[in-house]
Amino acid sequence: MRGDRILAPIREARGVPRWVLWAGIVITTFFVVLALFAPLISPYDFDEYRTASGERFGKQQHPSADHPFGTNVLGTDVLARVVWGARTALEVVILAVFLSLAIGLPLGLLSGYFGGRLDRVLVLIMDSLFAFPYLLLAIVIAFLLSDKFGQGVGTAAIAISVVYVPQYFRVVRNHVISVREESYVEAARALGAKPRTVIRRYLLQNVIQSVPVLATLNAADAILTLAALGFLGYGIQPTDASEWGYDLQRAIADAGAGIWWTGLFPGLAIVALVTGLTLLGEGLNDVLNPVLRRRPIQAVVLPERPSRLPAEKVGV
Amino acid sequence: MAAGQHTTSLRTYALTRLALALPMVWILLTMVFLLMRVAPGDPISAALGGRLSQEELEQRREAAGYDRPLIVQYVEYLGNVVTLDFGETIIDNRPVTEVIRQNGAATLELTIAAFLVALAVGIPIGLLAGRFRDTPIDIAGRLFGIVIYAAPVFFLGFLAQIVFSQWLGWLPSSGRASPEVSFELESTTNLFLIDSLLSLDFNAFTDVLSHLVLPAVTLGLVVGGVFIRLVRVNVLQTLQGDYIEAARARGLPERNVVWHHAFKNALVPVITVIGLQVAFLLGGAVLTEQTFNWPGIGSELIRYLNNRDYIAIQGIITFFAVLVVIVSILIDLVNAWVDPRVRY
Repeated sequence: MRGDRILAPIREARGVPRWVLWAGIVITTFFVVLALFAPLISPYDFDEYRTASGERFGKQQHPSADHPFGTNVLGTDVLARVVWGARTALEVVILAVFLSLAIGLPLGLLSGYFGGRLDRVLVLIMDSLFAFPYLLLAIVIAFLLSDKFGQGVGTAAIAISVVYVPQYFRVVRNHVISVREESYVEAARALGAKPRTVIRRYLLQNVIQSVPVLATLNAADAILTLAALGFLGYGIQPTDASEWGYDLQRAIADAGAGIWWTGLFPGLAIVALVTGLTLLGEGLNDVLNPVLRRRPIQAVVLPERPSRLPAEKVGV
Repeated sequence: MAAGQHTTSLRTYALTRLALALPMVWILLTMVFLLMRVAPGDPISAALGGRLSQEELEQRREAAGYDRPLIVQYVEYLGNVVTLDFGETIIDNRPVTEVIRQNGAATLELTIAAFLVALAVGIPIGLLAGRFRDTPIDIAGRLFGIVIYAAPVFFLGFLAQIVFSQWLGWLPSSGRASPEVSFELESTTNLFLIDSLLSLDFNAFTDVLSHLVLPAVTLGLVVGGVFIRLVRVNVLQTLQGDYIEAARARGLPERNVVWHHAFKNALVPVITVIGLQVAFLLGGAVLTEQTFNWPGIGSELIRYLNNRDYIAIQGIITFFAVLVVIVSILIDLVNAWVDPRVRY
């Protein structure tokens, strides 16, 4: 029953929002499948540079039957890098979104509910973080962490989540403040509900609705941030996993020689996945946000016209 | 605001806004200091460890004052920033202000050009998409905005280099100017476009301009993608306003309603939001500079990062932090000037 109610707006969506939503679902699912079944789908490992018989693939080879997307400067298969890259991207992004939610949501709830000095301090800190160029922030954090812990999925995810915590915090806090004074919350307080109960039962339930849209859009953004980190050399250690941004960094040098396939395919993968997630997020927003939602005009079925009553019976 | 009612003067607003920005600057500076100085230990051995003997390292640490308690260094750091001293790099002994002066001009030239491109792309498409909601124009505009936003700057840059430099051979793909031009160009402002104009060197001007086109358009398109969305949403909201309905009810032609009543009002809040994109623009500039070998602050930052020069990184990051806060104040002032309702 509950699930039914949650999914209802999606089913009711019509027109453009419906197409946007479905396009997003299809594209995102495609990449999730790539990520989950990378070992089955990919023709080679992401760092494989020899055939089974020990023959090298060759460097920067044109696309061919053996290597549909060609090979790159390291002599590995570009198609394999693209497929395995989906796995890296989703791993990092899921971890990053989870981390930023886990920090931003509770802080936003507490700050919004209790207000006062805690609120002011947190808002100031978060606003400062938010004002700062987010990419620079991520680079510096990734740089510092990689010095200590190396460049792995965890490092990249933490660097990215530092960027998004302030966003969750802001949205959640502002939402809580607008809901806090609603009469049902006041009623709960008047009945003697503890802050804990009020926050968990009334505020969280209410605020959690804005999370799916925000999380999807942030995930799209996080893919770009990860790629940017990789491009600048502060993403994932290239020997550990395949990462699209790193591949593009190597490809820039190829551009001067007119080699297009080493950069085109990883780049298209980024564009497609980010577009998919953005469409999904925007579609959800159009469908779930009551302000933007446009319900289809429902045809009103009039009851059968009663046979005309004789005028005298209506009474004059 | 009804006539006669008192609105805060712009000056009072400016002072209040400034006072409110100070804690933010302080917090940013403190965070930068904590991140850059507490985390790694001392900067000298991070950058030069392994290259100098233990004794020499010790000497340089003492000379730079890194053997003093952190709190002393922290106060000194804050004091230096107030006097606009951002420290001196370790690997090549340049004052950070010098780095900003020399390479900042390149970044400034790139970001201004990109910003203009972004406005030229974002505002018309956004207005049209919002005006003709759910029509093919809207769908095309939105899709363009989404896809262009989804494309990393360095991927667009890669494509641009392949197509316009390699295949068509129209435009150069890296640097700010050809070697001979940058050698001969008399640099007074370090903004090459202006320098070449000042020296009335037309060849140099076209050379510099041709180098600027690809990076600026690449970065501008990405930022423009964000503008499309912002403008579109604002137009949609404005068109729902009561006064729009009133204007229509008075029988004004739809053209007038849209131009005079909707678009102007839709663009006021856009000033603020576009202002917030300065941070995004700066991040994008770092990537664009790397892609096109553009010798700006971003490229320098990456070079110092790779060399683990913590003082240079700290200085550049500090500069960015201060810059972003200043820009946000300016944006708010412009906004308050345009729209008196936002004043405190």
